[in-house]
Amino acid sequence: MARMKFLCDSDRCIECNACVTACKNEHEVPWGINRRRVVTLNDGLPGERSVSMACMHCTDAPCASVCPVNCFYTTADGVVLHSKDLCIGCGYCFYACPFGAPQYPKVGNFGSRGKMDKCTYCAGGPEDDRTAAEYSKYGRNRLAEGKLPLCAEMCSTKALLAGDGDIIAQIYKERVAKRGYGSGAWGWKVAYKDTIAL
Amino acid sequence: MVHTILRAARLIGFMLVVALGLALQPQTAAAQQGAQVNPTAQSLKEADLLKALKSGETINGRITIPDRKAANLMQPEGQAWSAFKTGTLPRIGAIAILGMLVLLCVFYAIRGRIMIDSGRSGQVIERFNALDRFVHWLTAFSFMLLALSGLNITFGRSLVLPLVGAEAFTSLSLFGKLVHNYVGFAFMLGVALTLVVWVKDNLPSSLDVQWLARFGGLWHKGDHPPARRFNAGQKGIFWSVVVGGVLMSISGLHLLFPNSVDGGVAEIQTQSMIHGILAMVMVAIILAHIYIGSVGMEGAKEAMTTGEVDLNWAKEHHSLWVEEELKAKGGKVLHPAGQVAPAE
Repeated sequence: MARMKFLCDSDRCIECNACVTACKNEHEVPWGINRRRVVTLNDGLPGERSVSMACMHCTDAPCASVCPVNCFYTTADGVVLHSKDLCIGCGYCFYACPFGAPQYPKVGNFGSRGKMDKCTYCAGGPEDDRTAAEYSKYGRNRLAEGKLPLCAEMCSTKALLAGDGDIIAQIYKERVAKRGYGSGAWGWKVAYKDTIAL
Repeated sequence: MVHTILRAARLIGFMLVVALGLALQPQTAAAQQGAQVNPTAQSLKEADLLKALKSGETINGRITIPDRKAANLMQPEGQAWSAFKTGTLPRIGAIAILGMLVLLCVFYAIRGRIMIDSGRSGQVIERFNALDRFVHWLTAFSFMLLALSGLNITFGRSLVLPLVGAEAFTSLSLFGKLVHNYVGFAFMLGVALTLVVWVKDNLPSSLDVQWLARFGGLWHKGDHPPARRFNAGQKGIFWSVVVGGVLMSISGLHLLFPNSVDGGVAEIQTQSMIHGILAMVMVAIILAHIYIGSVGMEGAKEAMTTGEVDLNWAKEHHSLWVEEELKAKGGKVLHPAGQVAPAE
């Protein structure tokens, strides 16, 4: 089985936010929730870079380890998913996540956050694949349709890569070798304890 | 003549400028070309940013969506917090709670139940009035609910979840979360009242040194160091509840109102660590308190149930307090045991 990963080539990202929009539209994500976002570092300064970030589907995911009700699971493809039926909205996954991926429908106090929502790598949830129940809770299950995440598919500059970790790492390596620079595979060291030797 | 010289000078000047320009041009061109082939000389490298991160810091940028907090790109600290939550904290809790239970069992095995040495007198003296007992049980019941729902968050996944199944455990934990979030306020009130009602009797005195040196006379039958209303052990419980309770309340309020915390995620992580460690320590301390107030000592339980203790128990454990009470109120505080005091 492939080990699915995301890779954002920030030297290509033009901060168009197409990935963010594609994600929201594909999954009909409610207002206030952004499964994917684009953060611009050193904005307006020399060396400015933008990074598209969502759940990185970590190896040994910290969210899964801190969850008091054990609602997370990792698929055979290495995708980290969760059950909204089991989630109690305690917020611990958000405190543990290195990438700020977990989102909540409410910003209330007294722990009234509602069920956590995050990037599913377009792989749905524990419900049966491609059912209405799965769609309403987790969005479209593109992986079950044989397709890759829409954010990466939609990327106008092919900055955001999704797919088997080894293959996208190889593509990035070749790019860096050809153009002579690369700011690194953002988040890989933290998420996968792994960097791409450039 | 002057004109000729001027024209020559101008010509020379012009030639100089052209020559200089020609000499400089290749350099600037080369510089421009260099900038083109290396446009990322100053670009951000993830590895450098991660290296520069200090503990508790995040990699921040600018974001165009309304949620400003999403501008936080990375906070590797989350992994340290996760390791604390799943490794350090359960270990601290297990050592504190199981360790205390073992100590109490060993103590019970060696010393047994501490009896009233001179037997029951048949006369009781009022020790805690209705307000005292209300404050005690408000704090006690809210603490027990908080402790159980809190321990469930740390240990439930490994201890309770396999027994009841995922759905039932989620319902239980969801209920526990609500209980924890709202009963917290009852506990805060209890701690505040505890301080107000009993602080005057819990100020340290020289008697405490003596009491502690003899370990409260707990080791030896018939050893009863003098004490006023509260002995050094009880003062220890009082100050643990007050200081621990206040710190628990402060850290707990941070966790209840995460959107109002200035320090963001890093601050919440710190507060949750304080909350967790203190909680484990307090549970251990309260276990000892429950032991000595129930199975550990004959005659102690009544102080917080009926509010009236046997006179001989009082004389043995709070000799100076009994003297003061009897002197101040004459015989009025004494009733025969088992008889309800008449309403005044």
